[in-house]
Order: sequence, then structure tokens, then C-alpha cells
Amino acid sequence: MTHNWMIGAAVAVSLGGLAGGVSADTLRLLTWGGYAPDDVIEMFEEETGHTVEVTLSNNEEMIAKLRATGGGGFDLAQPSQDRIAGPQAEFGIYKPIDLSRIDASQFIESMLTATKLNTTVGDEVYGVPHVWGTSGLVLDTAKAGMVTDYTDLCGDEVAGKVSYRLKRPTLIGFAFAMGMDPFAAYGDPVAYENIMNQVETALIDCKPNVKTYWGGGDELMGLVRSGEVVAAMAWDTGGWKLNADNPDVTFVAPESGALGWIDTFVLPAKGKADDAAYDWINFVMRPEVSAKITEASGNFTASLGADEFASDALKARFQNSFPPEAIDNIKWYPPVPAGLEAIEGGVLDRIKAAN
Amino acid sequence: MAQGTKLGFYLLLTPLVLWLGLLIIIPHIDMALLSLRERVGVGEYATSLANYRGFFGEPIYMWTFLRTAMMSMLATVVTLIIAFPVSYYIAKIAKGRVQSVLFLLCLVPFWVSELVRTFGWMILLRETGLFSSLLQWTGLADGPVEMLYNDVAMMVGLVYTSMLFMVVPLVTMLESLDDAVIEAGYDLGGSGASVLREIVIPHAMPGIVSGSIVVFMLSLGNYLTPTMLGGKDSLWFTELIYSQFIVRFNWELGAAFGFMLLILSSLIVWVTLRLTGQTLEKTMGS
Repeated sequence: MTHNWMIGAAVAVSLGGLAGGVSADTLRLLTWGGYAPDDVIEMFEEETGHTVEVTLSNNEEMIAKLRATGGGGFDLAQPSQDRIAGPQAEFGIYKPIDLSRIDASQFIESMLTATKLNTTVGDEVYGVPHVWGTSGLVLDTAKAGMVTDYTDLCGDEVAGKVSYRLKRPTLIGFAFAMGMDPFAAYGDPVAYENIMNQVETALIDCKPNVKTYWGGGDELMGLVRSGEVVAAMAWDTGGWKLNADNPDVTFVAPESGALGWIDTFVLPAKGKADDAAYDWINFVMRPEVSAKITEASGNFTASLGADEFASDALKARFQNSFPPEAIDNIKWYPPVPAGLEAIEGGVLDRIKAAN
Repeated sequence: MAQGTKLGFYLLLTPLVLWLGLLIIIPHIDMALLSLRERVGVGEYATSLANYRGFFGEPIYMWTFLRTAMMSMLATVVTLIIAFPVSYYIAKIAKGRVQSVLFLLCLVPFWVSELVRTFGWMILLRETGLFSSLLQWTGLADGPVEMLYNDVAMMVGLVYTSMLFMVVPLVTMLESLDDAVIEAGYDLGGSGASVLREIVIPHAMPGIVSGSIVVFMLSLGNYLTPTMLGGKDSLWFTELIYSQFIVRFNWELGAAFGFMLLILSSLIVWVTLRLTGQTLEKTMGS
């Protein structure tokens, strides 16, 4: 044992010498399920000598965790691009990204530019894009073929067999389906509240139709797989995963437009391993590595040329769900101004409490 | 010698003081300060009672609290009704091995986490679940029956989760009751009902009260069971607190909710103790 340990130490010392002072860090990554698959972590650790510790989470919990520690405890986080500017202005939980340390040529340019614009606070950029996708309708096309938009979820044909989340994407989606533009009202709290009140009425009327409000992705999978739910509002990947088991079930972009999100890379304010964080960003944005992440998470990335490595089955599903005009119709989330969550919160509470 | 005893006393006291101070008192002071803050602009806060006004101003919050409290009380009563005969059987009727086995059986479900237990109920109650299939197979129902996502399912989950916390104090109390006293009751011409009313229940009262307090508080503070089994109509007060903290980033209102929960639930326990003529000293001191 002792010998092994000594050899190990000697190797480590000599490797350290060879690497010329580049220190190996532990990268504490706060991310979503599927964004840091084991094989990618293994390749990264082998190549750079850093170690990666992954914590899985979602948007709200990521921000809540970072807020609780003032931006400490993690070295790299992956919230959606619309949830960066608001919390940064309010809580100061991120640090600016040094764009010179990121290989911009690996990114799809339009996506990088848009994300930089949306995550700018003051003169500093706080986020670069990683994985993108949409939310829309997951339908059992054999039983719920008549559903073409969110508002159709409230129709009699699917009564009792509908599920959606009680979260902000549902409010936004319904507002678009009802012919309003909530994104245009982001800057005007009064107009936004007016829109949300109309959505509230619609969702309370729709409540008898709903089987349950789903919380986690696995819960929804169970509901649709068992046939208890035939129409749901969910993420595209959920629909594609279900499609692999049951060809009738798939993701459909609603008429009013799927809602597009981009998950990003941000540096928490008190992160301690920035070198490792930049190494990770540049590593996973390589097309061949990005393709592995697409395989694991089911979503495409902002990496240039990665779709060439994607599996044909996934590409076929994507093209099936998104004819060209549906791609043009994707509504990308603009940054959420601080304070809007309070309006939405009241609406969501009232819907949940309604009978 | 006296010096040594004193040192020992303080050494023994230290963990308790640290526990209370670091994990209970300091966080609560922090929460209290947080609940008295109001957001007036981006990153700007002022001291005010706005959060508490928010709690009383929006009827939904009060209704949700009342609903949570009523459901928790109902859960407590149902748990007591089920647990009392069970405890009586374990403590007084079963003997030796059977007694330990029965007690162990009450304990076994708690070897897995609450999440797994709740998920077990979901598998049983859901539309494509065990009970629904069984009913269809026996011909009692001609289509799938949905038993999940309603108040009854939630109540089942709550009672199941808190069963043990009622059984343990009851068994301890009933075991300390001398059989001779019960026999004397019968010898003096008492019926089963009057022996139960005059001897068994009064003796078990401290166990009933402490069990009820624990079950009530556990149900009131439960998050998982109402969310998973209650479904779309389940709004539970803890869920409101969670969503204020995590989903809305509104820690101020969440902290105010937390304090209202603490104050109101303490009040309910106090009033109930008063109404039933019990005191905390009598219950805990036994």
C-alpha cells in the first residue's frame, strides 16, 4: 500500500513538473441531469487532470443555492439565459466572464451573440450558451391529435387526461396561445399583471381537465407511459424519449410557437476554480464532446458542427417535431426583469388553491 | 470537587447550547429579521411589516393555513383512532415474542425513506395501479378508477407516515398500567366501556397528548406526502413556503410564512392543551 502511494505521489509530482505549473483543481459543477455525462467527465479528467464534482439541480434551485451562499460552493453553474441578468442585478451571485479565455469559434455565432446580449449587466457579460431546447406539447397523437395549441388542453376531448407544470412556462405559453404577447409586456408590470390575470382565469377554468400538475420529468414520463395522460405541456426531449418507446407519442410545436430556452455557463461569484471552469467550457464545446452531451440529454448544444455527430434517430425526431416554419416561430425567452416572479407567484398560488 | 462537578456540568451543557444556539436560535433570529424586510427596488430593502400584511391581506394564504391545520388535526384524530387499539393489543394482549414482532412490524415501514413509502402508495392508488386493476378484475368497477390526487389519498399517506409516532408513546404508557387495576375495575362491576373510559384512557392520557402533538406537528410540517399524493388540489402550507423561497426568490415573504406557521401551530397546540385540561409538564414529565 505504502509503496503504491509513494509511486503515485512521485508520478503526480513529475506530471506536475511536466505540466509546467498548471494546477489541477476540483471543479464543482452545478448543472442539469444529462449535461455532464460520466464518459465526458472521464475524458476531461484524463486530459486536464482536474476532477469534476457534479450537483444536479434546476433553474430555481440553482439560483436559490447560490443566493444562500452569496455565490459560493460551486465553480460553474448552468442556469437558463433569461434567469441571469435579473438575479445578478438583485443578488450579485455571478462574476463576469472573461471572453478572451473562451474559444468563440466553437460556438454557433448567432446563439453566442444573443446570449451575451441577454446576460449583460452593466458592461459585463455573465453567460455563454451551452444547451438549448424548447417546451411545447407532448401528445399521444392517436388519442389527442386534435390538440394543436396549449389552449386545446382545456378541450372536452382530453378532459381528465391532461397534465402540465404549475410554473412560469405554463403561464407564458397560455398567454401566447390566447393571442397575447407576455414578452412584450416584460417591461411594464401593469400590462404584465393584466395578461397574467387573464391567464389565471383561463387556467382556473381549465383545472377540472387536469389530472395533476407534474413536478419532475420522471413523473410526467410515468403518467404518459401508463396512458393516464394523453396530452401534456413539456420539454421536447421528454417527448422524444417517449417516442422511442411508443411511436404514437411525440413532441409537437404548438401553433402559437414553442418556447425556446438556452442553458448557459456562468461563474458563481465566489467560485474558486476559474481555470478549471474555463477548461471545462472549452472542452465540452468541442463538436465531438457536445455530441455526447446531446446523446445523454437529448437536447442540442450551441457547439458549431456538433449536429453532424448526432444520431440519425434524434435528428429525425427533431425534424419531425420542427418543420422549418416552427423553428422560425420559436419564442425565445428574453431576460426576466427582477420582480416579475412575484406577480406570477400570486397567480400560481391562486390557481393551485382554486377549486 | 465542587469545581470538578461544575466543569462537568458545563461540558455536558455545551453540546445542548451549541445545538440550540447554532441550529435553532440564530437561524430563527435571522429569519425574523428577514421577514421584516421589504424589497423596495433592485437590491434595496427597507424594514416594514409588509410581508405580514401580505399574509393577512391575501385570503388564500390564510385559507391555505386553515386547511392545512384542519387536515392535520383530522389526520391526528384518525391516527389516534387507528393507533389506540393497535397499541392496546401490543401492550396488554400480545405476550412475549408476538409482542416484539408486532412492535417491529410497526417499525418496519420506517426503514425505507418517506419518499419510497409515498411512492409505494402512488403505485397502489394510481389509475393503472394495483387497487384499480383489482377492482376491474373482480368486476366491482367497469373502468379504471383514479384514487390518487385527492384529499383522501393525502389523508391515507399522512396517517400512514405518522402511525409510529402515535403507537410508541401509547404502548409505553399502556405497558405501565398494572393489569391488576383493570381487573379491579371489572371486579367492581365495571363494563368494558366504563373500564376504558375511567381507567385506561385517563392513564394513557399523557401518551395520547404527546403522540397527538407529535403527529399534528409532523403532518403540519409535511411537504412530500401532500405534494405527491394530493396532486392538483393539495395546496399545503409548507408548499407555499417552499415556493416562496425557491421558486419566487421571495425569501422575505417565505420567512414571514415560516414565522406564521410557527406561531399559529404553537397557538393551536396551546389552545388544545388548555381545552382538554392537560399541561405540557404533565405530558412530558411523566
